[in-house]
Amino acid sequence: MPCVLVTGGSRVFQNLAPEFRMATKRIDSGRRRFLTATTSVVGGAGVVLAAVPFIESWKPSARAQQAGAPVEVDLSLIEPGQMERVQWRGQPVWIVRRTERALAALAELEGRLRDPNSAQSDQPPYARNPHRSIRPEWLVVVGLCTHLGCSPLYYPEMRPEPFDSDWKGGFFCPCHNSRFDLAGRVFQGVPAPLNLRVPPYRFLDDRRIRIGEDQESST
Amino acid sequence: MSTPRPANRVLGWLHDRAPGLWTWWNRHAAQYYAPKNFNFWYFFGSLALLVLVNQIVTGIWLTMNYKPSAAEAFASVEYIMRDVEWGWLIRYMHSTGASAFFVVVYLHMFRALIYGSYQKPRELVWILGMLIYLVLMAEAFMGYVLPWGQMSYWGAQVIISLFGAIPGIGDSLTEWIRGDYLVSDATLNRFFALHVVALPLVLLLLVYLHLMALHEVGSNNPEGIDIKKVKGPDGKPLDGVPFHPYYTIKDLVGVGFFLILFSFVIFFEPTFGGLFLEHDNFVEANPLVTPEHIKPVWYFTPYYAMLRAIPDKLFGVIVMFGAVLILFFLPWLDRSPVRSIRYRGPLTRVLLALFVIAFVSLGWLGMQPGSELQTLMARVFTFYYFAFFITMPLWTRIDRTRPVPERIPAHA
Repeated sequence: MPCVLVTGGSRVFQNLAPEFRMATKRIDSGRRRFLTATTSVVGGAGVVLAAVPFIESWKPSARAQQAGAPVEVDLSLIEPGQMERVQWRGQPVWIVRRTERALAALAELEGRLRDPNSAQSDQPPYARNPHRSIRPEWLVVVGLCTHLGCSPLYYPEMRPEPFDSDWKGGFFCPCHNSRFDLAGRVFQGVPAPLNLRVPPYRFLDDRRIRIGEDQESST
Repeated sequence: MSTPRPANRVLGWLHDRAPGLWTWWNRHAAQYYAPKNFNFWYFFGSLALLVLVNQIVTGIWLTMNYKPSAAEAFASVEYIMRDVEWGWLIRYMHSTGASAFFVVVYLHMFRALIYGSYQKPRELVWILGMLIYLVLMAEAFMGYVLPWGQMSYWGAQVIISLFGAIPGIGDSLTEWIRGDYLVSDATLNRFFALHVVALPLVLLLLVYLHLMALHEVGSNNPEGIDIKKVKGPDGKPLDGVPFHPYYTIKDLVGVGFFLILFSFVIFFEPTFGGLFLEHDNFVEANPLVTPEHIKPVWYFTPYYAMLRAIPDKLFGVIVMFGAVLILFFLPWLDRSPVRSIRYRGPLTRVLLALFVIAFVSLGWLGMQPGSELQTLMARVFTFYYFAFFITMPLWTRIDRTRPVPERIPAHA
């Protein structure tokens, strides 16, 4: 509203009676513009500040943040080749007990992978190796595709699959056809950009791991 | 513009206090002159309004029994379907209405495409319409999450993750949208708030502005002829008729046909073979297992096919959003001196026909599992989709056109 008064002011006042027109001479339009501008800036800053609680309110609540506690898994029940799903921070985490054959096949695949050495991918330093784990036998990854977050399916068999005639076992995402090998490493030519994420975890002893806690040093 | 005072006592009393109501009615209905040659394609605007009313009314009734929490949502929808009196009908009217909304909106947009209704001076009408389309997509997406089935859950996961492709802020942005580290109760609850309160308000405002912007410049027609150029001695366009009663009555015929088809779907094929309500959505959301074959509802599949065809995350997302955003620029991409396809040359007709084939094919491909051949086809059609718009300034200029007459011809 003040803007309308400033711009239209002179025209409106010219139509007024002479005694009122006297008053227009005393109008300091520079002062008006300054007041309008400063009021707008202060008011605008107020609006921005008032928006902060509403925007921050969308962040994870204290309760959601607390739900991220570590999870313990008993490995003794998992057979070679088998996969176990557990939930950590509400996300699926897979624990795969890889066979010798599957581990041997990992090296053959390197030429077909996007990030075979996990240079760009997200994992703790102790999992930044070709098998992407602390102990080669045990793979622990977050079971969410790095493309758009679907949970890929486990295709452990080494046999031709409809999506790959030379399949060595791994994970296939039904959403957008991304493929990962049995170390969670992404293949070339699929939409997923990175290898599956490895969560922080540590071995409590030979039969138990805790997901959500880093181990002290790599083994 | 003063209006005569009604003789009726009550109406007279109202007229003395709010004469603007009569002015408004005349401006937008009784004295709104629309071209006399509207055809079949002009049903879909009013049908979109009808579906909007259907969605609002059935939506209000659904909220009376729906529970927006992850623990209760799925069961409350089944409760509506099985135990609430007429709940199944209200829910099917709402779910079928969502698909019907997109059917009529896509046909409405296609009408604009073939008759050049977005051209000057109707650019603002087109832009407001595109904003409605965007809000409608957000509204439909969030509504689909509410039943908390497997498709609701994983659809939400995928769509929200699209924002994760933005470099730098992606991860914190998706966390902010979800309100949690994964799609959860918090996400469902806020989507409910947006779906039933915030977006419908925005939608209603945009629809009102869309209509007001249209009535400022007047409606286009299948001939693309400006009827305001030739006016009678009374100042009314000679080729125009008052919207009310002529087109209100005509639209009622469209409403009748529409309701027959709409009822058929509601009563006999409410899931429409898994297109309107997907089979996997009758299984409760499970954050640990993604369904074998995931796909969005049919009205998103053309864009989904594009996303899937691009073997790069960020570029895929850019292409997907770009496919919608490029439509905003249509009024400036089209450099043809004529509006309607009736006066355009063979080049436009062929390219437009190919565009329809590409868009419908992408829609079909988006529902398929995605074999190598299908991925290749999706890439070809995606390329054509963008090439169609990007080269539009060129081919609309070089294409042959026929002279447009002053008046609407008798045959039209």
